[in-house]
Amino acid sequence: MQMNMVSAINSALDIALKENDDVVLLGEDIGKDGGVFRVTEGLMAKYGEDRVVDTPLAESSIIGAAIGMALAGMHPIPEIQFAGFMYIAYDQLVSHAARFRSRTRGTLTVPMVVRTPVGGGVRALEHHSENPEVLYSHIGGLIVVEPSGPYDAKGLLLKAVKMQDPVVFLEPTRIYRLFREEVPDGSYEVEIGKANVLRQGSALSIITYGTMVQPVKNAVEKKGVDAEIIDMRTINPIDEATILESVKKTGRVLIVHEAPLSYGAGAEVAARIAEKALYELQAPVMRVAGPSMPYPFPAYEGYATPNEKRIGDAIDKLLSA
Amino acid sequence: MISKAYEGSIDYFQVMDEGGNIDQSLFPKDVDDSKMVSMYKYMLLTRALDAKILSLQRQGRAATYAPSLGEEAVHIGCAFAMRKQDFFVPNFRQHGMYVVRGFPLDRFILYWKGFEEGDAVPQGFNGLSVSVPVGSQMPQGAGIAYAFKYKKRDAVAIAFVGDGGTSEGDFYESMNFGGVFKLPLIGLIENNQWAISMPRNKQTASKTLAQKGIAAGIACVQVDGNDMLAVYKAVQDAIANAKNGPTLIEAVTYRMGMHTTSDDPTKYRPDADAEAWKKKDPIVRVRAYLTKKGLWNDVMEQQANEEQLKQIDEAVAKAEAFKPDPKSMFENVYSFMPEVLKQEEDAAEAANFWR
Ligand SMILES: Cc1ncc(C[n+]2csc(CCOP(=O)(O)OP(=O)(O)O)c2C)c(N)n1
Ligand SMILES: [Mg+2]
Repeated sequence: MQMNMVSAINSALDIALKENDDVVLLGEDIGKDGGVFRVTEGLMAKYGEDRVVDTPLAESSIIGAAIGMALAGMHPIPEIQFAGFMYIAYDQLVSHAARFRSRTRGTLTVPMVVRTPVGGGVRALEHHSENPEVLYSHIGGLIVVEPSGPYDAKGLLLKAVKMQDPVVFLEPTRIYRLFREEVPDGSYEVEIGKANVLRQGSALSIITYGTMVQPVKNAVEKKGVDAEIIDMRTINPIDEATILESVKKTGRVLIVHEAPLSYGAGAEVAARIAEKALYELQAPVMRVAGPSMPYPFPAYEGYATPNEKRIGDAIDKLLSA
Repeated sequence: MISKAYEGSIDYFQVMDEGGNIDQSLFPKDVDDSKMVSMYKYMLLTRALDAKILSLQRQGRAATYAPSLGEEAVHIGCAFAMRKQDFFVPNFRQHGMYVVRGFPLDRFILYWKGFEEGDAVPQGFNGLSVSVPVGSQMPQGAGIAYAFKYKKRDAVAIAFVGDGGTSEGDFYESMNFGGVFKLPLIGLIENNQWAISMPRNKQTASKTLAQKGIAAGIACVQVDGNDMLAVYKAVQDAIANAKNGPTLIEAVTYRMGMHTTSDDPTKYRPDADAEAWKKKDPIVRVRAYLTKKGLWNDVMEQQANEEQLKQIDEAVAKAEAFKPDPKSMFENVYSFMPEVLKQEEDAAEAANFWR
């Protein structure tokens, strides 16, 4: 069926609730309201108020309670309304979700999937456009996933709820209703920890994920260059092999993300290339990323978020280097 | 032995009822006729400004907007009870507070059009910029109150929070912090009965929100939040008592409109609820009072409306003439310009910000 990302995620949640009685959803406004983006629409009516739980307005307790549920044998899927409001729950994620397995040598584990919208480009108020993927990726024990379209979103989410680890599942708001694609009605999984080569090419490798996949595709098409495009899909743990293989083929690398440049995911990618494929490079690695500052208010975001034009300029520069 | 949950009660009061009748025993002595008229006009101005920004948003001329319709008495009552030196700590819905405290209207509109410049606080405003993360402003309010006490300033910090916001840890922690150090802090709960789609009764099992102050060992009271005089009196009393420690005030009001312009309340609440609250409108009762006393009439109402619309239109025109300055994004990140950020700025500028 043709689905946008909202309906694809809704379908994945529906399947997860149907297949496993231990799965519950909890979050703010996810029940009767169906979530502020309508991602959980209809699920409370279908599965009841004790499986799709409208919680009080308190993020630390949403994540903390989800951790408790997971420790007690459930498989919760908490939603934080926007990634910008997850910082108060950071302590629960860093101090506990990420650590129970290692601190107890695998005897206590936290299988859960934390869903939260990320990214800008939708003229939202302050704190509604955050790109915090590296804040979670830096924390060993957390898996961080960010899909770039409906098919991947559903498959990655269905895989995430089968895992025995805490997964931070970042959903780009800009892509929620951006386009539709063919998505199976039933269950299927997309591998976590594996990047997706979206386009084979030999002139350069563009490594990206989430909100930047569309502008990268558009820029490549417009420039008519033979780029290899890699959608990381999982930010942590990183699929190093796929990236290095591509670099060996092209010798030129452009990394694109919306999150700020300094200490962003691009730094990790570039460092691994420098360590393991430096002599394959024909030009210095380039990065296109958000500026190193708090995400701007809506009137200014157009001056800051990387766009097609900027990616195009970088492609030109990289190919002439 | 375990007994049942606390069943005590919290003081509640109203000064002016829905019909504009006054409880003389509670009427604040320093409110004379001219102050009443002035407060009334500010409620009108706040409502007119609110309607204007809502309509700008609907035309794509403003970003997401959180209306204040129906909650004006909380803001006007509080603002008039505050002294100039008292400090205002908002969340994001206290539009009337900005209006009374002299925040330039064009700048206020600029905020809701999505510019950081709209958050730039004028000299002497004695207040903070908008705070979106629910509850997070409350401990800051406690810190501001600490600073006032430390510096021996005769000033109080008044921190606003919604009914939903009282579920956040930051809210409880701020009241506790204030109680421990007996800070000149007022927590003002703007209980508009809803936190997006969550009704007040699903937010907490607590009978009132005001009683959340009991555990912090601080004074607490509940008032009719659609009665500007009740809010006025509660805030004034709390200021008078601030040297002894914090007060938590719950103002009971109603969110007459949508949560924000991104929200559709018909999904989760019956229209009849808002209809019933219309009878308790904070403006209607004051107009009834003033009219009865011969202080107000239709001609004055019309004249006030016209003047205010003109004032608002001028502010909109000024806000819409504002030209964004993208370099300001880079130049306000730190107190100095790091070399690496300068590189980012130069590259962006050289490419005309990739527009
Ligand atoms: C920490 C945090 N979580 C979630 C949100 C999203 N959000 C914005 S306002 C709101 C409801 C707030 O309700 P309340 O405190 O009653 O204030 P009201 O909006 O009714 O004025 C929510 C959930 C947020 N801004 N901050
Ligand atoms: Mg509320």
